[in-house]
Amino acid sequence: MEIIVCIKQVPDTEELHKVKINSETRTLIREGIKNIINPFDENAIEEALRLREKIGGRVTVISMGPPQAETSLRKALAMGVDRAILLSDKSFAGSDTLATSYTLAMAIKKLGKFDLILSGKQAIDGDTAQVGPGLAEWLNLPQITYARKIEVNEKKIRAERTLEDSFELVESPLPALITVTKEINEPRYPSLKGVLRARKEKIIIWTAKDLKINEKRTGLEGSATRVIKVFTPPSPSGGEIISGETSKVAENLIKKLEEHRII
Amino acid sequence: MDFSLSDEQKAILEVVEEVCEKEFAPQSSEISEKGEFPLQNIKKLAELDLFGITIPEEYGGSGMDLLTWVLVSERISKACATTGLIFGANLLCTYPLLRFGTEEQKKKFLPPLARGESLGAFALTEPEAGSDAGNVQTTAKKDKDGYILNGNKIFITNGEVADTYIVIANMDKKRGARGLTAFIVEKGREGFSFGQHFNKMGLSALPNVELIFNNCKVPLENLLYKEKRGFRVAMETFAAGRIGVGIGALGVAEAAFEKAKEYSKERVQFGKPISSFEAVQHMLADMATKIEASKNLLYYAAWLLDRGKPFEKFASMGKLYASETAMEVSIKAVQIFGGYGYMKDYPVERYMREAKLFEIIEGTSEIQRGIIANFVLKE
Ligand SMILES: Cc1cc2nc3c(=O)[nH]c(=O)nc-3n(C[C@H](O)[C@H](O)[C@H](O)COP(=O)(O)OP(=O)(O)OC[C@H]3O[C@@H](n4cnc5c(N)ncnc54)[C@H](O)[C@@H]3O)c2cc1C
Repeated sequence: MEIIVCIKQVPDTEELHKVKINSETRTLIREGIKNIINPFDENAIEEALRLREKIGGRVTVISMGPPQAETSLRKALAMGVDRAILLSDKSFAGSDTLATSYTLAMAIKKLGKFDLILSGKQAIDGDTAQVGPGLAEWLNLPQITYARKIEVNEKKIRAERTLEDSFELVESPLPALITVTKEINEPRYPSLKGVLRARKEKIIIWTAKDLKINEKRTGLEGSATRVIKVFTPPSPSGGEIISGETSKVAENLIKKLEEHRII
Repeated sequence: MDFSLSDEQKAILEVVEEVCEKEFAPQSSEISEKGEFPLQNIKKLAELDLFGITIPEEYGGSGMDLLTWVLVSERISKACATTGLIFGANLLCTYPLLRFGTEEQKKKFLPPLARGESLGAFALTEPEAGSDAGNVQTTAKKDKDGYILNGNKIFITNGEVADTYIVIANMDKKRGARGLTAFIVEKGREGFSFGQHFNKMGLSALPNVELIFNNCKVPLENLLYKEKRGFRVAMETFAAGRIGVGIGALGVAEAAFEKAKEYSKERVQFGKPISSFEAVQHMLADMATKIEASKNLLYYAAWLLDRGKPFEKFASMGKLYASETAMEVSIKAVQIFGGYGYMKDYPVERYMREAKLFEIIEGTSEIQRGIIANFVLKE
């Protein structure tokens, strides 16, 4: 089975409080912050490795990012994946989820045949949860998001999709794209031998040229959205407590809601 | 003089630190309270290939140096001294196998130890033979196709949980230390059983067990090194093992220091954090300085060993200094915590009980001073 895992390097969750935002470019200032593999993407790597252990095949991880994202790819190699590819080019900078999913899709097309694409349900920095579904659209694939359990048999995949207070059992033909939640597994730590092996392995680097892409669709230019403002919302204050008899409270509440043109 | 770590070492330590912080440290108080063997930690160390650090690749390990082992062991011991001692006792089995074992012995016994599928132990101590290691009373009699062992060993770390034991017995009591012989004895051999589990001041989850040899038959191929050359096996194993014991002590000292430092910044008395009082600052300064000095002695001893240079004097100095530092630092940590330090709710009283062990095992502080004095007087 050919499995592709898309991963993103993000600032360490435990250091998120240290992350500052550049007010001009409205991007994160990453200097001095430890970078990690997006935690949900680690679950995706783990799931890919378990599938390979069960039914054989090959696991390829792909990440789009600056050169320093190599450390995350190296960790994926240490965990046991077979190949790591970094999509890195100055022209990719500033990509939104549309441009990112396009670039990833082009890289996957270049790779050729595959059975399954896995990724985390969302990245803990942007929290959009859009790149996975976007990628499925570019590649014209069925997609199952928020999977907490998956099972592969023959040319089909079955996944338990997490909903708010229940789950959906969804089946899809392969190839397909699945995004996973934290519940799906407990990612392994890289072993010492894995770390040593990963240090000797080469990380494949593909630039815009290698991907033969339409540069109008990548980076800032290829992005459909612009971040206008990034700010910490003020914590809500004030509020009003309506007390008294239940029927009076309800009446009062409706009056207030009407006053504020909420209903 | 190059004190920098290799990129490989840094990459390994990054994983080890994460595991220690997330998995080992949060459990260490509970493990000691319950006195249950920390099997889950040992499994984790095995999964991470850490038991095979110093074992060459052809025997299933990673073929790295002792310094790398030391760096890893320091972190494990800091997070959980019990786990660190189990890890350290294992080295007392793999080290003599590597140093004195035949090709067949290495091929047979090292791979499961390297993979962490089985643990190792080293057994010398007996009721009549502690510091006086030459006074071993356990006998080994040769017969036509092997040796017959009779006698008891006490306090043996990893006893019962280990599968492979290096056992020192005497083939010729009249010759004392020159009759000692080392054997590899597997668990399950007829006539080899386990007796008392010793109840300790601290480290209650660490197995320390009596080994009983009652006409235990050991085949010829399980002789380690040569007949009546077991004293050399024991002494060389102890020399390297002292680096391991020292590093365990260092880990405890570092843990105690860190807790004391954090606490001193949080605890407010007389309207100020107690870290602003000079008396507390001086304690912290002494603790940190002695920790660094211990670390440098031990790293240097490992570095010398890795280069095949005489390391024994520095191993003894490192073990002596690190164990006394662990004792002093953990006592001061309790002092800095005040009344809370005396309570079981905080880990510092546990560090104090754990630290004491390191001044006793692998040669007491008195024995170390004797060894060091011998070296320096000859120089
Ligand atoms: C938790 C634990 C784990 C252990 N694990 C192992 C193990 O895995 N394998 C193993 O073989 N052993 C093990 N031991 C045994 C340990 O190595 C011995 O306890 C230690 O060597 C001291 O021996 P002893 O207890 O007989 O003390 P003794 O030798 O009786 O010493 C008592 C006191 O006399 C002093 N003394 C003795 N001789 C001299 C001298 N010549 N000059 C000055 N002072 C002297 C000592 O320093 C000490 O203060 C373990 C012990 C403990 C407590």
